[in-house]
Amino acid sequence: MSQPTGPASRGHTHKQPAPPPDVMEVSLTVNGSRKTLRVAPWTSLLDALRLHLDLTGTKKGCDHGQCGACTVLVDGRRINSCLTLAVMAEGRTVTTIEGLASGDALHPLQEAFVEQDAFQCGYCTPGQICSAAGLLEEGHARTDDDIRELMSGNLCRCGAYPNIVAAIRQVMDAQPAARDGGAS
Amino acid sequence: MRAFSYDRPDSVDAALRGVAGQPGTTTEAAVKFVAGGTNLLDLMKADVMRPERLVDISRLGLDRIEDIDGGGLRLGALARNADTAYDARVQARYPMLSKAILAGASAQLRNMATNGGNLLQRTRCYYFYDTGTPCNKREPGTGCGALTGVNRIHAILGASDHCIAVHPSDMCVALAALDAVVRVSGPKGERTIPFADFHRLPGDTPHIDSSLAADELITAIDLPAQGFARHSTYLKVRDRASYAFALVSVAAALDLDGQTVRSARLALGGVAHKPWRDPAAEAELAGKPASLESFREAARVLLRDAKGQSHNSFKIALAERAIVRALAEAAGVEHS
Repeated sequence: MSQPTGPASRGHTHKQPAPPPDVMEVSLTVNGSRKTLRVAPWTSLLDALRLHLDLTGTKKGCDHGQCGACTVLVDGRRINSCLTLAVMAEGRTVTTIEGLASGDALHPLQEAFVEQDAFQCGYCTPGQICSAAGLLEEGHARTDDDIRELMSGNLCRCGAYPNIVAAIRQVMDAQPAARDGGAS
Repeated sequence: MRAFSYDRPDSVDAALRGVAGQPGTTTEAAVKFVAGGTNLLDLMKADVMRPERLVDISRLGLDRIEDIDGGGLRLGALARNADTAYDARVQARYPMLSKAILAGASAQLRNMATNGGNLLQRTRCYYFYDTGTPCNKREPGTGCGALTGVNRIHAILGASDHCIAVHPSDMCVALAALDAVVRVSGPKGERTIPFADFHRLPGDTPHIDSSLAADELITAIDLPAQGFARHSTYLKVRDRASYAFALVSVAAALDLDGQTVRSARLALGGVAHKPWRDPAAEAELAGKPASLESFREAARVLLRDAKGQSHNSFKIALAERAIVRALAEAAGVEHS
């Protein structure tokens, strides 16, 4: 038996909730490509990326928003993809670590992470780089202390923090000086 | 995560129809609103919260920040925490609030979390999160694991024998100090809730966090005109330099006439089931010189009934020093 689940359903008493649907359709743009998925409502955006789209660059670390390994950009803003539902991303534009490079040309942050030796095991690196891309876009960091504070949502068990700060600093310094992301 | 159904209405009326007829308070509701999701989805993964249905309110257009009559500012309930903290008007007129928001969570979480959701986040008490232990907040009547367990992060003010959890928000501490007003829509129309009445003390019903009914929606938070921009601060003391909940935090604001305190606002986080304000402590400061001596006396008044648990008595001295330091910073008084 099915019940209407849309906002137009009236007189909903909640005594007999509609059985949860197994799948819902969600359309979103991932790394420049339009995708339509059929996912359960409880599928996280992280699981949708990894399991439905085979984009395994985005990592599942804690799955509780504490480690930052799952960081992706949604409509250009960094978020924890483990703490949002795929269905909540309907119509949004998602960029993962796979979408940062242009063909064989690495993103400046990817180059800087290599040059500054900003990782050891590499598990946190996709999240670190996506988070750093969001940080640069936000434009609130000026000093190394600012970078450390605004990157505190990304943990690195190998302890590559000094080199991660150096890599982000390298890209920040190479940006046009006129950049001021709204900290007025 | 348990199965649930999902809906995304496109208007406040449609969102309210989605929760119409639900009894009790929002904390107990089977149909829950979701916007940022940063706390709710985490609690659902931990099986602490088990909604049957989520109503996604993130696209209702309640994300604006706008001036209101009388010189105040209206923060849309669905404006993101980051957008609120970095808003030029918030930074200029309510710097204490901006500082408090930026002291909380991580940049990613602040990009997701909404203002309304910040108010409704649940405690981070370890026993509340651990479904293998008793917790009167999670399962009323089962007891409190923290009372006889590890309670380093727990309350020193306003606790009960049923619950010693603390409210985890930084933003709410500043909102309490500012006398913000919560705007709510429900089946009977709109109503406003003074911030001091929004959250509650645990008493013998710690499973209820707030006075928001299960069929109501927060639409905005109004800030009064007086923002204490010249003499205010938010001080957060925590175990790490960043990305940790407060052991103790203080929102301190002063209205000064030269070096004399005309009026003061003092709100504490990390010490109670709700942001803690004490009219007696604030009255103690009125008319006094803005000095360390006055600030110490106000701290003593505020903490007169403070009671430590087995692992957190350090918080009483910590709170006293944090109050003095925050007031000194707000007043621009030298502090060693």
